[in-house]
Amino acid sequence: MFLELYRVHLFIIKFFKEAFTPPFEGKEILKQCYQVGYKSLALISLTGFITGIVFAKQSRPSLAEFGATSWLPSLVGIALFRTLAPLLTALISAGKVGSSIGAELGSMKVTEQIEAMEVSATNPFSYLVVTRVLATTITLPILTFYTAFVGLLGAFLNVTLSESSSFSAFVQSFLESITFLDVIASTLKAIIFGFTIGLVGCYQGFNSSKGTEGVGKAANSAVVIGMFLVFMEEVIATQITFMFRT
Amino acid sequence: METKSKTTNTEKVISIRNVEKSFGEYQVLKGADLDLYKGENLVVLGRSGTGKSVLIKIISGLLTQDAGSVTVLGKEVNELNAKELLELRLRIGFSFQSSALYDSMTIKQNLEFPLIRNKKNLSKGEIDNAVETVLDAVGLMQTLNQMPSELSGGQKKRIGIARTLILQPEIMLYDEPTAGLDPITCLEINRLINEVQERYKTSSIIITHDLTCAKEVGNRIAMLLDGQFQRAGTFDEVFDTDDQRVTPFFEYNFIQ
Repeated sequence: MFLELYRVHLFIIKFFKEAFTPPFEGKEILKQCYQVGYKSLALISLTGFITGIVFAKQSRPSLAEFGATSWLPSLVGIALFRTLAPLLTALISAGKVGSSIGAELGSMKVTEQIEAMEVSATNPFSYLVVTRVLATTITLPILTFYTAFVGLLGAFLNVTLSESSSFSAFVQSFLESITFLDVIASTLKAIIFGFTIGLVGCYQGFNSSKGTEGVGKAANSAVVIGMFLVFMEEVIATQITFMFRT
Repeated sequence: METKSKTTNTEKVISIRNVEKSFGEYQVLKGADLDLYKGENLVVLGRSGTGKSVLIKIISGLLTQDAGSVTVLGKEVNELNAKELLELRLRIGFSFQSSALYDSMTIKQNLEFPLIRNKKNLSKGEIDNAVETVLDAVGLMQTLNQMPSELSGGQKKRIGIARTLILQPEIMLYDEPTAGLDPITCLEINRLINEVQERYKTSSIIITHDLTCAKEVGNRIAMLLDGQFQRAGTFDEVFDTDDQRVTPFFEYNFIQ
């Protein structure tokens, strides 16, 4: 346990050292950003949209009891922006991207492709790990904002089916409920989630043991550990944000 | 089949002295000494698990020895910093037992990869020319746009060799180049190893337990027994012995 934590600690130090050491892999980072976004986009769109519909549908009766259905866009905005969008995006990415990174690097390790890269005078850590971790760190905040937007569309669809409502008024009410602190907190959370998902996937893949069993284990661990850490970070981030709010 | 003779060059390109390496409590290398001379093909023979692959991984800096020294092209490998090690690796080609082709890339991308990474001043045309030259050298021009999964085991080995040749290394390290291949493909790989030696003027270490390969490609043979090099010389010199550790090896291969 402690030995594993020590290894993770060394892995993180190595990441920061390599991330700031030339040559920088700009092209590969862009390619990985595209991969991360492309892999998650369909599922995120569907999940975000359905979440928006369901959340609006479930909240509406409770608000109606108090004659406060006009607060629905604000409620949806706060719930989506503060927690649902970052968390949903992170969990979907942990499942789709984290497992894919773990399996890809694990498979490369098992078939000596990482060693082949090393003997071709290419630093595999810089080329494979740094690029993927940076890609998830950059892409997660973008995907989070996208999830919030799609969720908003879902919520609006639900509202507009039961009563006539203007989209611009819905959006305005949605935006008025969000503070600058919400934007900063959600962005920072998404960055941390992205970093965690990329790092866990790369660590598991890069350190997978030999054999196909090791590849499966790396992919599985990337998802399980990634999701667990995302939940832990969400709890800590919520506590810190509330400290700033009060 | 004619055995190859020793080369006359006495310039050492690799010098291994008293190298020891253990994995846990199991000591694989117990004071191994070996020299590779410029322009020669040196075959390292030994049973599975005797540390043959470990030895070439130490030479290329993929593993570090516990004791002893490894000098490659005049440089002590474990004293090099990361940048110096990368520079040295440009001069060493490593052909893996599993071929280790990047399976998400086409053959062209596999071959381009070392050049794009390390020779940034080359134009696209020069890279394309280099790719075509090495593919022609291994006789697989038709595979240019194929994926590694579409190739046979022998073709993968040849592409693996082509990928190392593209950087025009001075030293080639072959890890079990004929393992798992049919006899005819083995002969083709042996021929290719000899062609590489002649065309690219490389000095090579070939790890194998295939005596046909050893006889056909080796200027010298070194036998790794009990973690040390016990016998070295031409094929005939090495196997002209009653040593009970060597003769079963020869007899087994002969029966095979």
